[in-house]
Amino acid sequence: MEARATDQAIANADHEVIKIEARGVDVYYGEAHAIKGVDIDIAEKTVTSFIGPSGCGKSTFLRAINRMNDTIDSCRVTGTIKLDGEDIYDRRVDPVQLRARVGMVFQKPNPFPKSIFDNVSYGPKIHGMVRGKDEMDELVQDSLRRAGLWDEVKDRLAQPGTGLSGGQQQRLCIARAIATKPEVLLMDEPCSALDPIATAIIEELIDELRENFTICIVTHSMQQAARVSQKTAFFHLGKLIEEGATEEIFTNPRDKKTQDYITGRIG
Amino acid sequence: MPTPTNEHIVSSYEDELIQLAASIAEMGGAVETAISSSVDALLKVDHTAARELLAADAKIDDMQRAIDETVVSMIARRQPMASDLRMIIASIHVANDLERVGDMAKTICRRTLQLDGSRLSPKFYNGLRHMTDLTLRQLKEALDVYAARDPEGAIAVCEADAEIDALYVSLFRELLTYMMEDPRNITQCTNLLLAGKSLERAGDHATNIAEASYYLQTGKNLAVLLEQKHKS
Amino acid sequence: MSDIATRDIPVKAAAETTRSLFERDPKIKARWNAEGRFRAYGIGAISIGLMFLVVLLVTIIGNGLPAFTQTYVHLNIELKASKLDPKGNRNPDDMAKVMTFGYNPLIEQALEEDLAKAGIETDMKASALRKLLSSSVASQVRDYVLSHPGEVGKTVSFEVLASGRVDGYLKGRVTREALAQDKNLDAAHLDIVDTLVKKGIVERRFNLDFILGADASDSRPESAGIGVSMLGSLFMMLVVLVLSLPIGVAASIYLEEFAAKNWFTDLIEVNISNLAAVPSIVFGILGLAAFIQFANLPQSAPLVGGLVLTLMTLPTIIIATRASLKAVPPSIRDAALGVGASKMQAVFHHVLPLAMPGILTGTIIGLAQALGETAPLLLIGMVGFIASNPPTDLVAGFLHPNSAMPAQIYEWAKRADPAYYERAWGGIIILLVFLAIMNIVAVILRRRFERRW
Repeated sequence: MEARATDQAIANADHEVIKIEARGVDVYYGEAHAIKGVDIDIAEKTVTSFIGPSGCGKSTFLRAINRMNDTIDSCRVTGTIKLDGEDIYDRRVDPVQLRARVGMVFQKPNPFPKSIFDNVSYGPKIHGMVRGKDEMDELVQDSLRRAGLWDEVKDRLAQPGTGLSGGQQQRLCIARAIATKPEVLLMDEPCSALDPIATAIIEELIDELRENFTICIVTHSMQQAARVSQKTAFFHLGKLIEEGATEEIFTNPRDKKTQDYITGRIG
Repeated sequence: MPTPTNEHIVSSYEDELIQLAASIAEMGGAVETAISSSVDALLKVDHTAARELLAADAKIDDMQRAIDETVVSMIARRQPMASDLRMIIASIHVANDLERVGDMAKTICRRTLQLDGSRLSPKFYNGLRHMTDLTLRQLKEALDVYAARDPEGAIAVCEADAEIDALYVSLFRELLTYMMEDPRNITQCTNLLLAGKSLERAGDHATNIAEASYYLQTGKNLAVLLEQKHKS
Repeated sequence: MSDIATRDIPVKAAAETTRSLFERDPKIKARWNAEGRFRAYGIGAISIGLMFLVVLLVTIIGNGLPAFTQTYVHLNIELKASKLDPKGNRNPDDMAKVMTFGYNPLIEQALEEDLAKAGIETDMKASALRKLLSSSVASQVRDYVLSHPGEVGKTVSFEVLASGRVDGYLKGRVTREALAQDKNLDAAHLDIVDTLVKKGIVERRFNLDFILGADASDSRPESAGIGVSMLGSLFMMLVVLVLSLPIGVAASIYLEEFAAKNWFTDLIEVNISNLAAVPSIVFGILGLAAFIQFANLPQSAPLVGGLVLTLMTLPTIIIATRASLKAVPPSIRDAALGVGASKMQAVFHHVLPLAMPGILTGTIIGLAQALGETAPLLLIGMVGFIASNPPTDLVAGFLHPNSAMPAQIYEWAKRADPAYYERAWGGIIILLVFLAIMNIVAVILRRRFERRW
């Protein structure tokens, strides 16, 4: 029974479209070698989770995918990361344009200190995505609906985004990220500052979003990774140790380090 | 007792896993004793002993229930993953199989009670004794393999089951011959046959235990693997 | 299962190691005493500070308030046509030929008549009586006649300034003993003044001219006002605001957000911080060399003063802006960049609005400091300049020579006449009121713009 399931997974893998392809990625912070030679394929319209102990480089790798590391002066990235076959570190690529296609949600909810409406409309506005007020209204409503926030805020779009609860703020940040209609959504421990109910709402949201977006999520909670993702990648001290279907990783990992980390043994 | 290569950071979790393995070993020992004692009682036609053993089966059932509860509690509290998860799930299966073997011992005791006080002739029960030895050895091997997490040993146990099956078939023929010879043997031989059947089934449970240990260690299903091996 | 459950944990005897919560530990008592002493020191320090503040305020207000009142005399002057308009055609250009000297007899006559009407007998000559009045009266009447030619021939009631000595007498500054040496007034004058006050012809009332009027010469402290130098300060502040705010904020944003972090920018930052501590007179010399000698801008002009003060205020604004920018949490920047904003958009759409309260506060504090600076204006000529004529239009406001309020105050304090000393205190009150207003505006603006993040 087990072997047949694995065959199925392998067969599926052949039909998978690879959205992001990383080869030989190294990231340096000054002298420190944070990411060492990572090769990974991120499949389209799936949730891939990055797990690993603190300081293993999973957040660094995540931020490399939308070139947020560019904002740090001492950071250097070598290797290739291809989005739909185009290397995002190519000289011709403008990070601003990239970030419209690869959205990000951060660990601590950080809505702009503006109204809820302005929060969501800011991205489309600066990228010139809509013409006219009606289109913008529609876009904002659509994004808020997809983020599961519309019903709660439809009567108070003019109120500041910072007045919402923690879970609502994070959903607002998700709505803001998806308003620019990205193809990929990067989430850096999105639920770590939230209570279990808010976390569950966002996990449900991630499940729904998966139909339209490719999602990469960094998480400290293995249970969350197990619940939410289809693929899991385990990082340790800057290296990618193991990567595969979530079920496989959590029931029968191949590498001992993965096993030790997952089961809570000293690794 | 399984020897962990490295320990859980949370030591109480480690202790619970060790305790679970110890419970399985204890239940295994109790079941082994049950089988050998019940066969002894059968061969000696000792009704008293048989009745005592019937009552003692309740303890084995209790052990299985205790293991089940422990496992449910650990799943709720510890969210076990990977090898720990497999180990805990395997414990349920093994406890279940051991309880079934305990029931086999109970059946054998009932056979004993069916026989009247007359003594059995050695030529009848030698085959059965041989089968008992084999079954007990399988059980012990299976439990050792489970404790040691030895995949090779698991394969050996599964393959050795064929011997018990073959032995049962030959016992069946032998007792049939005796029954055809003299109709007065029929009661004894039928009961002995049924006892043999129970032992053969106990042997099957031993292979289940071995498969569980293989799964525990490798995460793969031994039965399917062996089936493929035999096909090719 | 585990060993712990079977082990017996001995119960500690209560008396041994724990003591009652209701009982105070002696160490706690010592700590409370120390904290109490510290609190007493703090209160003592604040009291001393408050005491100095109160003394300061009382001194300023006590000395300065009299400057806001001035002594006036009601006088009915007959505007004799024969004296003022010899040609008889009421032509202002012709009438202008009559100088202030020609008005004096009219004034003297009016004085004599009004005194007689009031029933005051005196054997002083009319010219001596005229010393009761300010020497600016003649020009005041002349200005009136030239602007109202139709009034010639009528008797018009005027309110004229009494002389500085009379004013000083009524304010208690000038005593009869002191006047013994004075050549302008003597005891007889004072008696007349006392009677006139009783009759209501001489009164002391609020003097708007002090606040709005121009400065006057040494001999006429009664007509001196701070108004023109206030305009000078105003134009200077405009220059400072318009120049230092954009330059300071832009420089700060560049240094904080866009400049590469290398030794060169570090050097710049250190130098900017040090500039804030440079003595202000150094900026005065710089202004003299750069703006007046090199660029040939007009001397004593508010424009030049403004430029010098801009140089002084820039470091303050830059430092305040940098602190405000640094206080904006990086999560806001990250959020903006994550949505695909460029660095510029992130700074201007998100970081700057959040830093605005701090920037505004820093700017207004810088402006308030600049308002009170005197030393840099010293070398460009705004100190010591007598601001007697208000500027005629906007451009003149920037380019014509003028003074500034603190400079004016200093100038007054230097002059011999004690009336000017009183006016210096009055000027200080006005300056303080301005500073208070500016600080209140700073607080209000800060409250308005403050957004929670």
